Amino acid sequence: MEIVIDKLKVVRSGRVVLRDLDFRLQGGQAAALRGPNGVGKSTLLRTLAGLLPLAGGDVRLAGRALATDRAGLQENIAYAGHLDAVKSQLSVVENIAYWSKIYGGSAERTEESLDLLGLTSIRNRAVAECSAGQKRRLGLARLAVVDRPLWLLDEPTVSLDQEAVALLTSLVQRHVDAGHMALIATHVDLALDPLHELRLTPPAHARRTEADPFLEGAW
Amino acid sequence: MVSGSSRALLGRDLNLALRLGGGGGVAVAFFVLTAVLVPLGVGKEAGLLGRVAGGVLWIAALLAALLSLDRMFQADHEDGTLDQLMIAPIPLEQVVLVKATAHWLTTGLPMTAIAPLLGLMLSLPLEALPALVIGLGVGTPALSLIGAIGASVTVGVRRGGLLLSILVLPLYIPSLVFGARAVEQARVALDPTPALLLTGAISLFAAAIAPFAAAAALRINLR
Repeated sequence: MEIVIDKLKVVRSGRVVLRDLDFRLQGGQAAALRGPNGVGKSTLLRTLAGLLPLAGGDVRLAGRALATDRAGLQENIAYAGHLDAVKSQLSVVENIAYWSKIYGGSAERTEESLDLLGLTSIRNRAVAECSAGQKRRLGLARLAVVDRPLWLLDEPTVSLDQEAVALLTSLVQRHVDAGHMALIATHVDLALDPLHELRLTPPAHARRTEADPFLEGAW
Repeated sequence: MVSGSSRALLGRDLNLALRLGGGGGVAVAFFVLTAVLVPLGVGKEAGLLGRVAGGVLWIAALLAALLSLDRMFQADHEDGTLDQLMIAPIPLEQVVLVKATAHWLTTGLPMTAIAPLLGLMLSLPLEALPALVIGLGVGTPALSLIGAIGASVTVGVRRGGLLLSILVLPLYIPSLVFGARAVEQARVALDPTPALLLTGAISLFAAAIAPFAAAAALRINLR
């Protein structure tokens, strides 16, 4: 299994964020998505997850093309964005149990996913009383409730302590060792092996604009 | 598996609605309070009250249904749940249907259940009560379903609830007209069946188009 990004172009509110992006990631590989703030890392991950429309090019995963079979491609993807998608009115275990049922996971996997992120000791705590790091762990625990070949993680280490970063790293490593893939937007160094890199650079016209004294301040 | 996912989502939405801040009981409380205010406002003359009771209860039902509508997708949009639901193995159209169902179970259904009591309080003749209850029973699903369209259109808008009311209330007019008409027909001892059938037909029509319309609006708003 592999994911192929082919001449991808993404436009957001009239602005070209990504263009002519080519990338391949094969089963058993993880890649760090790097680049300065605002370069389009989150946009790329959301596009791959089928949450943003394509303006050109295509993405293929497991024989499915994003342009023609969005739902089929989404079935192979787990996405963890900036927002944790947890409800503060529910307890830790209720949150993950509902997600597990919605995604068609089993009860054992639910407990296992809590354990993998070190949440078993606070399983009955209301999420309203959890810290930001604990909520992030809970959001990441959702990755483990079902097997989905491609993980898209958007700055997963934000508000995590060192111990939780280690748990996350081993979770991703286990996923990759099982022959799956992970694409991780991050600014920290993750101890993953093998770790490929996809570096995004600002589009050429934006660089040219900065160098042009007549257009200074035009953007 | 799809039905299991839907059931889990429905259970989760009902659970959230019944907890503090979920707005589950608010609609019914609003419905009751509005009905209680009517005699205070228009006087306790039984003949007058009985004449307006059907229309008043239907208007109260429309407004009560509106109350918790803006949170139908907004809350899930704000905390990222909607993103995850789009990736989940459940079509977005079905997500809409499940959420509208959860809304109806926490607003339309309890309002229908308490309506006969309020009808009696407003001196509605006994023979008009069945038309009121059946009308609300078959008519309120349309309120939740049409409301889902409005809620999905305004999902990204701050304070979208105000805009939502203006968008949705005009679309509630057919339900109000036929629902109140059924009660009136029964009150003057005419056959309420045609009006009730039309009230139900609006709900069926809404059930057919709302999931697709709302899902399309959500997809556009998630960009």
